[in-house]
Amino acid sequence: MQAFLEAFRAALVSLLANRLRSVLTTLGIVIGTASVIAVVSLVQGFSESIKQQLSELGGSTLTLEAVNTNENFRSGKINTIGFDDLETLRYRVPGVGAVAPIMLVNTPGISYRDRTVSTEVRASTADYAAVYGRFPIKGRFIASADDQGRRRVAVLGSKLVDDLNLPKDPLGEYIRIGSEWFRVIGVMEKQGDLFGFSLDNYVVIPFDVGRALNGNRLRPFMQVSFTIDDVDQVDTIRDRAVRAVKASRPGTADDDTFKIQAADSVVKQFDEITRTTTAVVGGVVGISLLVGGIGIMNIMLVSVTERTREIGVLKALGATRRDILVQFLLEAALLALLGGLIGIAIGWGTGALIASLIPGFPPAAVPVWVILGAAGFSALVGVVFGIMPASKAAGLDPIEALRYE
Amino acid sequence: MIVMRAISKRYLMGDQEVRALDGVDIDIGRNEYVALIGASGSGKSTLMNLLGCLDTPTSGSYLLNGRDTATLDDTELARVRNREIGFVFQSFHLLPRMNVLDNVAQPLVYRGVSRAERLRRARESLDRVGLGNRLDHRPNQLSGGQRQRVAVARALVGEPSILLADEPTGNLDTRTSSEIMALFDALHRQGQTVIVVTHEADIAAHCKRTVRLSDGHIVEDRVNPERG
Ligand SMILES: Nc1ncnc2c1ncn2[C@@H]1O[C@H](COP(=O)(O)OP(=O)(O)O)[C@@H](O)[C@H]1O
Ligand SMILES: [Mg+2]
Repeated sequence: MQAFLEAFRAALVSLLANRLRSVLTTLGIVIGTASVIAVVSLVQGFSESIKQQLSELGGSTLTLEAVNTNENFRSGKINTIGFDDLETLRYRVPGVGAVAPIMLVNTPGISYRDRTVSTEVRASTADYAAVYGRFPIKGRFIASADDQGRRRVAVLGSKLVDDLNLPKDPLGEYIRIGSEWFRVIGVMEKQGDLFGFSLDNYVVIPFDVGRALNGNRLRPFMQVSFTIDDVDQVDTIRDRAVRAVKASRPGTADDDTFKIQAADSVVKQFDEITRTTTAVVGGVVGISLLVGGIGIMNIMLVSVTERTREIGVLKALGATRRDILVQFLLEAALLALLGGLIGIAIGWGTGALIASLIPGFPPAAVPVWVILGAAGFSALVGVVFGIMPASKAAGLDPIEALRYE
Repeated sequence: MIVMRAISKRYLMGDQEVRALDGVDIDIGRNEYVALIGASGSGKSTLMNLLGCLDTPTSGSYLLNGRDTATLDDTELARVRNREIGFVFQSFHLLPRMNVLDNVAQPLVYRGVSRAERLRRARESLDRVGLGNRLDHRPNQLSGGQRQRVAVARALVGEPSILLADEPTGNLDTRTSSEIMALFDALHRQGQTVIVVTHEADIAAHCKRTVRLSDGHIVEDRVNPERG
């Protein structure tokens, strides 16, 4: 320990003795670290702000699905989500915000006057709008009073207005779903197409109305989406939800054939983007740190040569190979760490500057783990690239070293 | 304390073999004061390096304080240098970036002594060689004589059983040389074993015993007449 402390002191002294050279040597590491910190601070700032926007939108949305394989259908053990699961999510899983079920209603088609089209009839609750972040552009969405009063009202996807030849302002018109009449109370905003399929070909009716239409089956085909209060807790809450749903079905906790999944879309995609960016940046940084490491190795080799006689003296005074090795490794690590610290400062400043120069760009954010990681990694680069020079120093023959001019 | 038998050291220069030492037998006891003399190239430094465990012989056996040095590995040899040997070199070999005090304290670093204790012992050692001030000077701010005193203090700080000096006065003027030799005389009187390599007769005259080397052989080994 004493020897280690002393080696640390000696390393510092020797770096300070060559201040300018030390700083120039670490340039590669400085640039590498600075660029990673700058990019990460921008990406992180961006990501923070998106996550915040998602939270404001009602958080990230998870969807609970019953998953069935062919085996399930063959054996008749079909996984479904029931109304009781709605209650479970609403009241027994902490961290769950709004819960919106979507139950598909079996119907031959819907009609207005003499036109009939086939469409997807979704029975859902007032929370639908909040959970999916979709809102009507005309009229209003289903309210809980519609649900409780079992009112026969419908909100149309925008494509249906054209397909059914409804008037420009369809509010108050009556459409027929199966054999029942529904009053149109709203039209949803347009979503557009995905892979050639319109996302606007649907109609939403109150949940309990749909339940009645389906004949009050206990476990109809249903999916439940819910928001979560804290985007960062997405995984915890997902696990909790799945466990709670399984808990209400005795004997399924470890049953592989019974599968309930909760999938989030936005956050996942977004994390994917962040991860890819980070990986690319990581690659670039890896290369520049490699260059920086070679710079350090080079200057350490020079330093070992310059100090050959000194190393001989230390050996004559009783320094072991290990003592010398540790001293030079520490010196390389300190040198690289110095570069890393300068790089962190420069990168931080650069990130903040860029963020402030681009209008509307969220402020840069540098998480502590990134700073610690960057500092630790640059020190590691020093150690790795210091191994060769340090073992060269440690292996010197004392007499030849002492005689070296 | 020192028992050397049939010690040889050979170097290969191209295809030519140089016998720096050739069958040296020597015994040196506690508190002896020995001069190793001989012409340049006679093998004095080579013998000194072997005695100090800086180098290993090509053949022969060397017992230091009862231990066969041939059985020691690299780390153990470093330990022996650290504890048993104090070196003084012709060109001082102080560490240029450290001040006087830290230079003297350096050998204790390899014994795991705490810094406070190291500095305390370094001060003591510097007192012994008559350097009580200028402790925070760099070696290049000192005169040759002062530098060699620092080197002696460093050699003594670990209380080694043997003080080895290779031409300690080679870079010093006559007056400073005799001051350094007076210091060695005093150390010897205090019980220190001292071995000095020199090619100057008046330096060798300080010692109690003279060993003369020639072409890697010991050609003379005699007790000096008492000076007076
Ligand atoms: N590393 C070496 N390689 C080759 N020859 C050497 C080496 N070291 C010493 N010698 C030779 O060994 C002989 C003795 O050298 P040395 O012990 O330095 O003599 P001295 O100190 O008495 O002047 C000389 O001939 C010298 O050239
Ligand atoms: Mg010599």
